[in-house]
Amino acid sequence: MRFVEEYRDAQAARKLAEAIRQVVTRPWTIMEVCGGQTHAIMKFGIDELLPPQVTLLHGPGCPVCVTPVELIDKAVELASRPEVIFCSFGDMLRVPGTKGDLLSAKAAGGDVRIVYSPLDALQLAIRNPQRQVVFFAVGFETTAPANAMAVYQGKQQGVTNFSILVSHVLVPPALEAILSSPNNRVQGFLAAGHVCTVMGYTEYEPIAQKYRVPIVVTGFEPLDILQGVYMCVKQLEEGRSEVENQYARSVRREGNRHAQDLIRDVFEVVPRKWRGIGEIPQSGLGLREPYRAFDAEQRFPLTTGSVEEDTECISGLILQGVRKPHECSAFGTRCTPEHPLGATMVSSEGACAAYYRYRRSGNQAAS
Amino acid sequence: MDFALTCPIPIQQYPTVVMAHGGGGRLMHQLIEKMFVATFGGEALNHRHDSAWLELPTSRLAFTTDSYVVRPLFFPGGDIGKLAVYGTVNDLAMSGARPLYLSLGMILEEGLPMETLWQVVLSTAQAARATGVQIVTGDTKVVDRGKGDGIFLNTAGVGAIEHDLTITPQSVRAGDAVILSGDIGRHGIAVMAVREGLEFESTIESDCAPLAEPVLASLEAGIEVHCLRDLTRGGLASALVEIASTAQVGIHLQEALVPVREEVRGACEILGFDPLYVANEGRFVAFVPAGQADRAVQVLRRFAVSEGAEVVGEVLASPEGLVVLESVIGTSRVVDMLSGEQLPRIC
Repeated sequence: MRFVEEYRDAQAARKLAEAIRQVVTRPWTIMEVCGGQTHAIMKFGIDELLPPQVTLLHGPGCPVCVTPVELIDKAVELASRPEVIFCSFGDMLRVPGTKGDLLSAKAAGGDVRIVYSPLDALQLAIRNPQRQVVFFAVGFETTAPANAMAVYQGKQQGVTNFSILVSHVLVPPALEAILSSPNNRVQGFLAAGHVCTVMGYTEYEPIAQKYRVPIVVTGFEPLDILQGVYMCVKQLEEGRSEVENQYARSVRREGNRHAQDLIRDVFEVVPRKWRGIGEIPQSGLGLREPYRAFDAEQRFPLTTGSVEEDTECISGLILQGVRKPHECSAFGTRCTPEHPLGATMVSSEGACAAYYRYRRSGNQAAS
Repeated sequence: MDFALTCPIPIQQYPTVVMAHGGGGRLMHQLIEKMFVATFGGEALNHRHDSAWLELPTSRLAFTTDSYVVRPLFFPGGDIGKLAVYGTVNDLAMSGARPLYLSLGMILEEGLPMETLWQVVLSTAQAARATGVQIVTGDTKVVDRGKGDGIFLNTAGVGAIEHDLTITPQSVRAGDAVILSGDIGRHGIAVMAVREGLEFESTIESDCAPLAEPVLASLEAGIEVHCLRDLTRGGLASALVEIASTAQVGIHLQEALVPVREEVRGACEILGFDPLYVANEGRFVAFVPAGQADRAVQVLRRFAVSEGAEVVGEVLASPEGLVVLESVIGTSRVVDMLSGEQLPRIC
């Protein structure tokens, strides 16, 4: 398959791994930001190819993982209302809130549907004028344009029974939160290729400068990730801290201007709570005033308030790269994909789930 | 046997299934006589008795049952009727048994178009004929509208075991080769594409097919088959994990050798699915001594349903109870079962 197989070539992978070995002289700790990259690293065993000096930490870029637990509770509450058709991307359905997950809400009689695009949810609203359709708008800058488009079109077409439950988050503030933490171990980043396809990478340039960290915009195939690691290690070894673009086949420096304009038209930057991490200022998106009518939290009188998280779960530390999944005392025992304590065990892109799924045999290779 | 290709129940009379079609009275009798007995035929059904009498050629029998729920009822490459016959026949074949008889239980939802039922009945009968099994007994119930999904089917099957082997997961041992009968993932993606209205460049057809022929041919060729397993829900990965865990052996799978069609691979990339976990309805794995693997592959390739047979892995003593996948980039990882079905991911 074009654009996939050529980036999964065993010989090329070994060559890149060898290049990394050639260039590395001392230990470096690099964080891949995106959950999709974490998943690929685990699935293809990419870290096995790396020299022992290079440690990969798994970042906060899993939208399922960082969606705060009260948003899940709100989703469950909305899905339980008889007039609501609650639409979501598939992998949000198993994320546990304090009152169960969306799959349980469905089993209890809620009308919960998996959709592949928020525009499908908008169509569902148009086809079902007597119902209220709510779309769970989660994700990073990657999903924001489509969600913005659904709201924009909904307004243009005067659709009054469509709304979104917004939990949008942004990557750059999360990187700053990690870098300014006293526990920070991260010396370089592989930035998320798809996020940068939308946003470009100019906003990473001041971060690289301020914190003196190299940031390499990286794709998701094994060869992308290996090349990203190579570029990052090379910068570290040479004492550089620049933003470089490994994923040039998809990412331009300025990003996709049309998508950005649409995001800016519909959304504004707001403070947002991240599951396991807490509130990060200016780290999320909320609907702007002219689109407030499409905000599910405004439309429905919700009773869910602030919710405390499970104290045993260390997913916040994992998302910040402070700890690794198998360093958690609950990992694989009290916390499994069947009974997750935190979201990093639920999503296939969550670091804990990826470790559990691909490394269960003692996890020796994982350290 | 000739098939009437138009529905034998006068449509103008009852265009849809009504509660009385399961009520034990004249309407039910008419449905059974005109549609089911007339189509499935056979001596046992013709006795019109409460149970079927069977002639059995061997004293060792395989016996299995399975229920079938699928939405939509018709999908590219198959339908619920075919699934209900092939699924149960395949379970018999996985014991190395020759499938002989099936029962057919139908739970119909009130309001089901009679024409839909007729198409399913026709397809069920054709599938039975194609696999050489007889439908010898059946049952019909009708449930209130909204309490079913059109049609639910249950089939139980009896097959004759004509070999002396012990074909079970416990018989798998270090030194076995793992043979896969063809490309994986088509059924799951085909059904999902129709259900969710996903369109790809070309239509992906289910692999739904009967597997008894190649299995029986392998046994006749003297292949010492240790274990057979058809790959249904949970896909290749789940089947292998189950076997490794039961046999307490290490199954080593080569990802690069596992055939996945281009269009299935593409759909999986888009949806964030791993083809190793996607459902199949016409694929199986066979564990045979490594020395007989080439010959087994040759036999399997004589049949269209298994013409893509390949050795995809081997069994070693360790790691006990685990499946290890050597990835396309030459690294290795453990393959685990999923906790539920795969859910399409966000981005």
